[in-house]
Amino acid sequence: MISLRGVTLRLGGRVVLDGLDLDLAEGQVTALMGPNGSGKTTLARVLLGLTVPDSGQVLGLDGVRRAAVFQEDRLCEQLSAVGNVRLVLPRGTRVADVRGELRRAGLDEDSLAKPVRDLSGGQRRKVAVVRALAPEADLVVLDEPFTGLDVDGGPVVMTYARARCTGRTTLLITHDRAEADLFGARVVELAPHPTG
Amino acid sequence: MLAVVFWVGCWQVAATALDQQILLVPPGEVVVRLVELGGTADFWATVWHSFARIVSGFGAATIVGVLLAALAATSRVVDALVTPLATAIRTTPVVSFIILVLMWSGSGRLAFLISFMMVAPIIYTNVLEGIHRRDRALLEVAEVFGIPLVRRIPAIDVPAVLPYLVAGCRVGVGLAWKSGIAAEVIGLPQGSIGERLYQAKIFLSTADVFAWTLVVIALSFAVEKAVLVLLGRSQRSPSRVGSR
Repeated sequence: MISLRGVTLRLGGRVVLDGLDLDLAEGQVTALMGPNGSGKTTLARVLLGLTVPDSGQVLGLDGVRRAAVFQEDRLCEQLSAVGNVRLVLPRGTRVADVRGELRRAGLDEDSLAKPVRDLSGGQRRKVAVVRALAPEADLVVLDEPFTGLDVDGGPVVMTYARARCTGRTTLLITHDRAEADLFGARVVELAPHPTG
Repeated sequence: MLAVVFWVGCWQVAATALDQQILLVPPGEVVVRLVELGGTADFWATVWHSFARIVSGFGAATIVGVLLAALAATSRVVDALVTPLATAIRTTPVVSFIILVLMWSGSGRLAFLISFMMVAPIIYTNVLEGIHRRDRALLEVAEVFGIPLVRRIPAIDVPAVLPYLVAGCRVGVGLAWKSGIAAEVIGLPQGSIGERLYQAKIFLSTADVFAWTLVVIALSFAVEKAVLVLLGRSQRSPSRVGSR
């Protein structure tokens, strides 16, 4: 289990996380909801080891293999969809397996070998989701992973993501309770903090 | 191309108006002299002499500049030691270095050393700037996913730094030729373009001065194109992880 105990973080003089306690049950999906500015992304960054809290403890992260979908796609623009996913997979992973994974997320064959800079926003998002869910990670953080997907692409990616998250410790950040329900997630609401 | 025709036309008009070949030779005569020179083995040996030294000086400067920038990006000590040195070299008159190199090692390696010293600080500064301006978001991706350095460098670092290296090389090639030939004119290494230019000046052979100058311009242009094609190709070609 990954736990946060009394985690406090200020950014630019503003309290973003204020003595936060949170448990992420092993192998379960925890959905984090809350209004803009409530610290959801900051909390994700703490879990990913990208931001160090001012005080409090983050337990259970030692040796944990992490993967994430960030709010932005954060792809290597010159690489193909396959290249972006292979970048985070162990050496020797078969290209055919990566292509299969991308197809399962709804990417068509033509878009697999193009540099991702030539893909549409929705296609790029799918690549970002597959990149996060293809590796054998112990903790997966999905920060609004389905943003920018259309009505046709969205359900395919969600089905793919739900299947890949089964049995994994996952933090799903979302504004949509239906997404949380789809993942069978335990929902945690973050309240906004007063400026201080 | 039209601009070249325009300026050659201006040159012809000026030479005709001046009508003093010792001061300004018409372009046609320079071409004739160039063809005469090109028919001799000595011409090609001279071109090779300067080309080999200046281009190898540029190449060595590029390698050293890139390596030092990579070290400076990871070590504050290296940064603190090398950055002021690079700035000092960039602002020092090239003739000071030419004289010092002549005093220390003679004229044999003069063009190589001067080209190297003029280019290395530019490559270092540009590449270091490129390293500092890498995409932080992608570096975070590498950190989160634990992407090893051997994969991160071609996928994230090189594409970010390459435009800065290209810009540095663009400036560096021209500077290598200008400073290298200037060093040869002062140090007079035997069988170099600089020596031929100096002799042309001594014998008041203005056609030879123009002909050798055109050779230097052509060589500089060709090397710049070759370097840009080489770097452009590596910029376009996907790294191994993205090759399929």
